[in-house]
Amino acid sequence: MTELSLVQAVNAALKRAMAEDDRVLILGEDVGIDGGVFRATDGLLVSFGAERVLDTPIAEAAIAGVSIGLAAQGFRPVAEIQFTGFAYACIDQMLNHASRLRSRTRGRLTCPMVLRAPAGGGIKAVEHHSESPEAMFAHIPGLKVVMPSSPARAYGLLLSAIRDPDPVVFLEPTRLYRAARQDISDDGAGLPLDRCFTLRPGRDLTIVAWGAMIKEALEAADRLAAENIDAEVIDVATLKPLDSVTILASVTRTGRLIIVHEAPMTCGFGAEIAARVCEGAITSLLAPIERVTGYDTMMPYLRTEAAYMPNVDRILDAVHRMMAFA
Amino acid sequence: MSGRELEISIGRVLDSEGKVVGAMPNFAREPAMLLRLYRALVLTRTFDTKAVALQRTGRLGTYASSLGQEAVAVGAAAAMQSDDVLIPSFREHGGQLWRGVTLKELFLYWGGDERGNDFAGPRQDFPNCVPVGSHVPHAVGVALAFRLRGEQRAAVCVFGDGATSKGDVAEALNMAGVWKVPAVFVINNNAWAISVPREKQTAAATLAQKAIAAGIPGEQVDGNDAIAVCAAVERALARARQGLGPTLIEALAYRLCDHTTADDASRYRDDAEVSRHWPAEPLVRLRNFLTQAGHWNKAAEEALLHECSNAVEQAAADYLATAPQPVSANFDFVYATAPAELVEQRNSAVARAGAP
Repeated sequence: MTELSLVQAVNAALKRAMAEDDRVLILGEDVGIDGGVFRATDGLLVSFGAERVLDTPIAEAAIAGVSIGLAAQGFRPVAEIQFTGFAYACIDQMLNHASRLRSRTRGRLTCPMVLRAPAGGGIKAVEHHSESPEAMFAHIPGLKVVMPSSPARAYGLLLSAIRDPDPVVFLEPTRLYRAARQDISDDGAGLPLDRCFTLRPGRDLTIVAWGAMIKEALEAADRLAAENIDAEVIDVATLKPLDSVTILASVTRTGRLIIVHEAPMTCGFGAEIAARVCEGAITSLLAPIERVTGYDTMMPYLRTEAAYMPNVDRILDAVHRMMAFA
Repeated sequence: MSGRELEISIGRVLDSEGKVVGAMPNFAREPAMLLRLYRALVLTRTFDTKAVALQRTGRLGTYASSLGQEAVAVGAAAAMQSDDVLIPSFREHGGQLWRGVTLKELFLYWGGDERGNDFAGPRQDFPNCVPVGSHVPHAVGVALAFRLRGEQRAAVCVFGDGATSKGDVAEALNMAGVWKVPAVFVINNNAWAISVPREKQTAAATLAQKAIAAGIPGEQVDGNDAIAVCAAVERALARARQGLGPTLIEALAYRLCDHTTADDASRYRDDAEVSRHWPAEPLVRLRNFLTQAGHWNKAAEEALLHECSNAVEQAAADYLATAPQPVSANFDFVYATAPAELVEQRNSAVARAGAP
């Protein structure tokens, strides 16, 4: 067991995957000698050489596109996009090609690649470095979309993403990269890419979140416990495919659902979860579903960023509204 | 930049009348190879004519003809080894046929059936790429895979003059140059990107010179001359296999057809311009050369037309007799294993369609 931060867990998973499978390659901007701007690929160049850790020119569309060519040829490329705002340039390649290669060739060519990118705000970064694009990727058939919320889940989910036979977008909450450490056994065990994780059981309401918002959700649950409100907290972890079963089972028991995400509200992934719960558990609902999300604004610059981010107080307000409703 | 670095040479072997105007490459000394090239051009045009006819009668989807540009893809494919990989745009029917994609598979694809991309022949070749130029980075990835595995294989990517304006193409050429991957990029410069003529696509004097900025060799070739295209691609492939990196080849052709069957080029292009380009088309010059060299005659021509027509008619009949895929097929290839939510949707769609 070693104590690792989330970014170190990502590094450990990459190293493990590369050691166990020669087909795994890393490519991206500054992933080589620099070890990535967040050091996620630190030391990999030394361990595996320049043939397996490729610094690319600054060309995000081509980073995704080249990965598709490599994947079709049987490699397992793990591409790093330096910051979230730059991942949008990859959407054309991921949507028109990576996600469809299997389907449009009826299985003749496939695309086992991972597109990694840091995501989310709260790190006082310059503009275009703090976005949450998960819903845009989750809307694309053929992709899987994963967002871990702890070092252990980052390790296990990334290993499974790399081993997966289909393209996976793996969004790493930048705010959690160094926020906490966790004992991790580097045993190569993957975590399932089709399950939500119930982090805290509860009777009175269900808080569903992912990525950095798990921290807020758990803190809110602690505060609510002091008020004798027993909140269940679910980490979605894999947004696509969505484990509706776990969420529906929880809401059926608690009767109340709050969804927390950093991305803007409109057409955010919370809307999908709310719709699933309306379809599958509406008769169990004791109060309207609440979404505590980023606002439908641009991600603000760092001086007013905090006012954009969902936080414990906003979650508590929503909970109190729901508890007052019924 | 010196003028010498900007100089782009043009490769030609036959002029439009079939007279030899350049050095005959070694492969062209074999009449069998030239006859094979000619047959491929004729077969491509026969397919093309039938595909347009099927579309006009509601039996094929929107179709992108390769009329007048047959020599580009056929010439490129003819230079390739079977284990090289072709990454085409959507006008490379002739190259696909040369490499073993069947006429029926082409009809299936253009008829709206994904099985047309499940080539029985060149299993690693990419399917057509409709979004312009976005396949060019894939060729860099494929070529990088060959280099990393130490294989003597190369990727050949074909795209149009319009695609050269795309960022994907600039990114891909640049990356290919940095990594010296074994790739050959062939531009089918057919002078028109739907309604936008070549001179409105870029202020660059040639498209081949885009190679200069990427630090790779670039050259022009007469795209109506199958021998010259094949020779240029063959030289580029030899360099690629020697580890000398990628090449950009601009094949100068002309789109004698509409952009697709959904297009009406008379809205933006004079018939007189099209007529002026007909004498330069690729079939007649090779036929003239073969005839003058004593390798071809009227009887052989008639036999070939008959053979190609039979093959195309048979393939069209086979395509038309092929039942559409079951609805379930749309769900079965989204992922290696369909997630539970998709299985549910699949079952519902299948039940509605009343068949598995």
